[in-house]
Amino acid sequence: MSSRADRIRIALSERFAPLSLEVMDDSHRHAGHAGARPEGETHYTVILVSPQFQGMNRVARSRAVHEALATEFANGLHALALTLRAPDELG
Amino acid sequence: MKPWGSPEQAGVGALPPNFSERPGDMTEPPVFDRIRTLVSGHDVVLFMKGDRHMPRCGFSNTVVQVLDVTGVDFVDVDVLADDEIREGIKAFTDWPTIPQLYVKGEFVGGCDIVREMYQTGELRDLLAQKGVPHAA
Repeated sequence: MSSRADRIRIALSERFAPLSLEVMDDSHRHAGHAGARPEGETHYTVILVSPQFQGMNRVARSRAVHEALATEFANGLHALALTLRAPDELG
Repeated sequence: MKPWGSPEQAGVGALPPNFSERPGDMTEPPVFDRIRTLVSGHDVVLFMKGDRHMPRCGFSNTVVQVLDVTGVDFVDVDVLADDEIREGIKAFTDWPTIPQLYVKGEFVGGCDIVREMYQTGELRDLLAQKGVPHAA
């Protein structure tokens, strides 16, 4: 069975055709907190650079990512730390 | 959980929930009125886990610190103390996570967005633009 990190990578790659994409599982850092599950896979950091973010404000970018990961949110994904950039915003 | 997409509610879930201005809209959860009263009754409202003095989540804590440093008065709403608000605010904002910051009734963002806007100065600009008092 694939990990949630793998599924997040696939879903975001298909949706955003990213120039770069990092997905990190931070669940171990939140063990015991509200929303954490014994089996982990609850807290992630995503750094995503995509031309599709051009012209979208911050809230719209995050909403697009949430939407792409709706299935994961419905199945125990609890927190996403998002850094979402268009290519000309790097640095 | 009954999905929003049942026939009598078709399409409603696709709209931003706070978009609807229809009074007495029967498809809307009652908690939306409570939330609307909160976010329209105060300049700055933070829906968070725990309260400003004892945040119970690192993301909520970050936003409290940003607001404190920015010197802006805000109302904190502890979603852990109110299950109806806890679930209701996610649907109201169409945003799956807590914390959530509202300024003058408008959703600004969660932890990442608020932190970035603080770092770039956009948060102060927004407060100034909306006439919300804060430290210079």
